Amino acid sequence: MTQLILEQALNGLQFGLMLFLLAAGLTLVFGIMDCINLAHGSLYMVGAYFVAAAAQAADSFWIGLAVGVAGAAVLGLLLEVSLFRRLYRRDHLSQVLATFALILIANEAVRAIWGPAAIMLNPPEALAGPVAFPLFGEEFFYPAYRLVIIAVGLAVATLLYLLVAKSRVGMWVRAGATNREMTEALGVNVRALFTAVFVFGAALCALAGGLLGPLLAVQVGMGESVLILAFVVIIIGGIGSIRGALVGSLIVGTVDTLGRALLPTLLRATLPADAAATLGPALASILIYLLMAGILFFKPQGLFPARA
Amino acid sequence: MAFYRPARWQRPLALGLFAALVALPFVLEAFDQSFYIGFATRLLIFALAASSLNLVLGFGGMVSLGHAAFFGIGAYVAAICQQAGINEALFAFPAAMAVAGLFALAVGAVSLRTRSVYFIMITLAFAQMVYYLFISARAWGGDDGLPLAGRMTLAGFSLAGDRPLFFASLTALTVAMLLFGRLAQARFGRTLQAIRENETRMEALGYPVFRYRLVAFALGGAVAGLAGALLANLTGLASPNLLQWMQSGTLLVMVIIGGVGSLWGGVVGAAVLLGLEEALAGLTEHWHIVLGLLLLGVVLFAPRGVASLFGRRDG
Amino acid sequence: MADALLDVRGLSRRFAAVDALKAVDFSVVAGEVHALIGPNGAGKTTFIHHVSGALRPESGSVHFAGQDVTGLSMHERVRAGMARSYQITNVFPSLCARDNVALAVQGRADTGSSFRFWRPVAAETALFAEAESWLAQVGLADKADAVAGSLSHGEQRALELAMALATKPQLLLLDEPMAGTGPEESARMVELIENLARHVTILLVEHDMEAVFRLADRISVLVNGRMICTGTPDEVRSDPGVRRAYLGDHL
Repeated sequence: MTQLILEQALNGLQFGLMLFLLAAGLTLVFGIMDCINLAHGSLYMVGAYFVAAAAQAADSFWIGLAVGVAGAAVLGLLLEVSLFRRLYRRDHLSQVLATFALILIANEAVRAIWGPAAIMLNPPEALAGPVAFPLFGEEFFYPAYRLVIIAVGLAVATLLYLLVAKSRVGMWVRAGATNREMTEALGVNVRALFTAVFVFGAALCALAGGLLGPLLAVQVGMGESVLILAFVVIIIGGIGSIRGALVGSLIVGTVDTLGRALLPTLLRATLPADAAATLGPALASILIYLLMAGILFFKPQGLFPARA
Repeated sequence: MAFYRPARWQRPLALGLFAALVALPFVLEAFDQSFYIGFATRLLIFALAASSLNLVLGFGGMVSLGHAAFFGIGAYVAAICQQAGINEALFAFPAAMAVAGLFALAVGAVSLRTRSVYFIMITLAFAQMVYYLFISARAWGGDDGLPLAGRMTLAGFSLAGDRPLFFASLTALTVAMLLFGRLAQARFGRTLQAIRENETRMEALGYPVFRYRLVAFALGGAVAGLAGALLANLTGLASPNLLQWMQSGTLLVMVIIGGVGSLWGGVVGAAVLLGLEEALAGLTEHWHIVLGLLLLGVVLFAPRGVASLFGRRDG
Repeated sequence: MADALLDVRGLSRRFAAVDALKAVDFSVVAGEVHALIGPNGAGKTTFIHHVSGALRPESGSVHFAGQDVTGLSMHERVRAGMARSYQITNVFPSLCARDNVALAVQGRADTGSSFRFWRPVAAETALFAEAESWLAQVGLADKADAVAGSLSHGEQRALELAMALATKPQLLLLDEPMAGTGPEESARMVELIENLARHVTILLVEHDMEAVFRLADRISVLVNGRMICTGTPDEVRSDPGVRRAYLGDHL
């Protein structure tokens, strides 16, 4: 039992950290450029595809990851310069329409190039097996690859924290999130800053997509479900706040994973069998949304809103 | 911005359109194109759903990305009614409206307290929640959806066959548009539009803004529920795909293309989008790309929707 | 205060690390014109926001017509008899003047609920006739059909006033009605307010000292979020604390 809970807790941490990679980029774009980007999930998907394709071509996961992320960054740059730049000053509705159109294009383009079936992305050979470590006197097994994901996630979170909280660029980013006009007035090259933020967000998406690729399926439409979770993370955490994105993703990641794993068992122990069978999976899948609604009720702007 | 006022040529145009639609099934049958009656019915149903969103978005100014939830709930209520042995649409359709409307009331009560960006995401999240609820409910078909054994009856008349459902849908859309038209010019509609323009000012004039928005949101949800129940009859299935947020996005796109804030925005948008789909699908397998590019074009060059391209300012 | 129409007690509000309002006590007696003055950034508009309900205080209370309204939302306070005009013109710029005021008339409880779904508003001639009479009161009778955004600045300020009046308030909160107006329009506005003062209580926030000293029955001075003086115009004019605060500014 401890094995199960610990395993699921680590899975939750891992999922949460990957969600953070997505949510961080999304919340920055929202918070600084006030731009709703529904196509953020498409960047994640395209990133995963780039990584998978590059990994197959180079026959190496790590090279594939590096190339894929770089490719996604370039794509992000092209998109920002050609399209998103024009959307920043538009109303939210236009942004929704434009990014929705991007989703249509991205999904269909991917389907046209790689086909509708999922494509293979294998984890690196060296990490394919489990790692054993002693815990409470017993031996506990956990996949090495997932441990690496957690490590990468923590590294990125630390890097982001240092970048945003301690560096000059980070200061501009935080300033831009709270007051764009003022930041511009202070002479910061806001245009370049926006582009950089967007590209960075795209790279993070690709990183998450590439890392999760071996665990989930790399296929058309993989971005949409994860995008909504990213939205939930931002709603809970507060728009424009990296700290909020981290806390939110960890909450969403662990609650969702643990909920799906443990809730059906819990219900079966307390309710009659058929009630638990219908209620269990249903409740587990909507747990996150109930949590979100609950948090919103008390804090309509999320836990750490960047703007007062 | 000007308050909605119907253009002088609107009434004759609407009457003409109505007459043409009434004649349509007979014309199609005469030319042995009965297949298109089903397509036309589908169009009418989506026009109804998009118009219900137009009330929320176009008149109320609320960008809701979760409207498909009410659409899908309506379909499921119809299917569940039939599953429970109730085959009379005069019961099932109002039931669909009531359930969808009540759910919209609940979602609105929580979501409308938040600012615009949060509102968009929250409506999205709630719709997704409903989707997950239905696909994990094995009693209601789960992943595959809940099929309908056959068409329902409306006041005793069976809706089976192309023509009956077409006319039922036409009636629903006509009545809805008539009521929307009156609503838009009445105090409620004017208040909604004013709130959309300047919410703070309306609060400062003593209007309980939240209440008006909530009522509009719930009304929109209820009408979407009716459209859903009609669709379930048309396709014979209450599919969880109806609840997906891509469906919400599609409805939103319809309203935007058709012209936000114009009374006929939903109808025009549904006609354009479904017509485009039909035309493009025949041309290329990857018509989604073409559609996406067209939409981008609309956003970048005709921001007030197709209706504005024709210079329509009043309705 | 016993017969105070508006009674503010110990109102405090912080914004991040700044104390915008510090334990402000303030009252307006029914029938008077009470002016609120102070240097820029003193917190006058913030104070008005708290009175009208746009903001909630961290501590303190607002009482209106004997009722504790601290917990009431803005629209509830308007229904209770409080109306405000804005420092930065806040009308509906693309609607005509008549439609602007008609919205205010429509919003009143005594003209009926706006949850009506059938009868077109255009048919409600009484609504528009009343709107026109309010426009006439502020001197905009001939501008009823003009689009609000095309009116001159002073005319827009007058329109603001008409809309506030049309809610038939007991207390009128005027936030710098003379802001940005030239001398002619200013004079007209002063006359207008003088006439209004005969039947409505007014809380006037203004920088224009001439207008203030001409119109006000009492003046309160807000400096750095603290109310430093309240009294008749002569008392305030000779108060040393006030002179210190304004040295180099207005007086």
